[in-house]
Amino acid sequence: MSKKVAVVAVAQTPGAESKDNLYDQAYHVTREILDKSGLNREKVGTIVSAASDIFHGGISCANSYYWETTGAFLKNASRQDGESLFAFFYGVMRILAGHYDTALILAICKGSENPENDACTLMFSDPFYQRELGIQETIAAALQMRQYMDKYGVTKEQCAGVSVKNFRNALGNPYAHKRGRYTVKDVLESGMLADPLTELQVAPKSEGIVAVLLASEEAAKKITDKPIWFKGYGSSLDNYFLGDRNLLEGQLPAAAARAYKMAGINDPRKEIDLAEITEPYAFQELLWCEDLGFCEKGGGGKLLESGITERTGRLPVNPSGGVLANNPYVSRGLQRVVEAVLQLRGEAGEHQVDGKRKTALAHGTHGFAGQCHAVAILGS
Amino acid sequence: MNKEFKTIKTEIRLPYELAYGATWTRFFEGMSNQILYGSKCEKCNRVLVPARTFCPRCFIDTKEWVEVPQQGTLTAWSYVNYRYFGQPTTPPFIGALIRLDGTDVDFVHLLGGFDLSDFEKVRKIVKNGMRVEAVWANERKAHIMDIRYFKPLA
Repeated sequence: MSKKVAVVAVAQTPGAESKDNLYDQAYHVTREILDKSGLNREKVGTIVSAASDIFHGGISCANSYYWETTGAFLKNASRQDGESLFAFFYGVMRILAGHYDTALILAICKGSENPENDACTLMFSDPFYQRELGIQETIAAALQMRQYMDKYGVTKEQCAGVSVKNFRNALGNPYAHKRGRYTVKDVLESGMLADPLTELQVAPKSEGIVAVLLASEEAAKKITDKPIWFKGYGSSLDNYFLGDRNLLEGQLPAAAARAYKMAGINDPRKEIDLAEITEPYAFQELLWCEDLGFCEKGGGGKLLESGITERTGRLPVNPSGGVLANNPYVSRGLQRVVEAVLQLRGEAGEHQVDGKRKTALAHGTHGFAGQCHAVAILGS
Repeated sequence: MNKEFKTIKTEIRLPYELAYGATWTRFFEGMSNQILYGSKCEKCNRVLVPARTFCPRCFIDTKEWVEVPQQGTLTAWSYVNYRYFGQPTTPPFIGALIRLDGTDVDFVHLLGGFDLSDFEKVRKIVKNGMRVEAVWANERKAHIMDIRYFKPLA
């Protein structure tokens, strides 16, 4: 890339239920990011938002309600439905295309006001076949987990270990929705949902209005002395019907390969310094780590046990607590960007990772058992 | 739950009427006659079930209809014992992926035909790789639940 794009400011709401309504909440986050970057509304070049009608408190269509509260009215703005990391990349492209100096990316999901995630994701199922069988995201994930454990001998204790790590990491994250000190036994005995998944291995439904301001190289230098540079992006989408897919050979390796190529990364194990990944089900962190090339296939359990992915490890994964600790469904991919930026800037506070970190990976996923994946690489 | 702020309770019910289209219509009518139809792709030779209008991998029309066997092998299962809004099935139930004989994708359905009340007993019966067979409902409505469930073959 001849041109460069930077993240120059970030803002997010806490994951727990707030007293604000969505309209005001979106305004407050937009106001915060403008204040942090010293821009007024008129100066923002373009706005891309991410929301989803099915995760939007029954308010449709999900963008018309908040155009003015996000500062978008009278602007060239648009909305991505679904995973917000896609919206992030659309903003990057608008700057790379040379038409705008700045782009505001907003992800909007007030999970506290939605029906439970399983009721929403049941609507992901086609109405003729899978929905009539009751298939939603948690059951799809449970089927994937069963195959994962059977094929590679990954244990339920190793899967539960992800919850232990991430809820503990979240103790240091003021924005986290769920946090705590749990043992593997606590996780395994937390009550069966869809076996082999137990309650503490399944992400909550959280609030998350998340904002990122992007700027061209020239504009970035005027806004901040700590720009975090966009290095690469890739996404890939799998077949729709659950039974058509190989749930253990999904699209994340392809998405990661595209991102690594753009960023010039040859060996992710050595060149990625920390990762914030979307693991709505605990075992998925292990599977996604394998797919991202952090270890060999089937080695996710051993990777966790080695301590490498701990906040104090060489390649911390989800030092924020990840999506298990905070799951504003649509916003979670962009929230991974925000957390990665905070870490690279050394501004993550109590959950700051040890040592100087130069390159971070942010990952988002949407659909059953990781039907679609997006990966972004950021660097200081 | 007492809240320090006022909330409004609301419920949205919207009626929809959705077209099955030619392929789904023929597939589900097949089910009402205890037939499971798949589609064979002439390019990759895969048999896809349920039947399809096109092969998603080769992106060409599928032209050949095949009647697929009603026995297969369990490739994944989950014992589901909680309620969620909109749930069409009464818990406990077992969601399953089944590779029907002679097909190249998994068929999504349920397992049953044995006592599901005690998970510890269920766990002793159900294993990936076990053989299963479709059990049809007596009254069929050209619907996915015309198969009540797949039962384990002894």
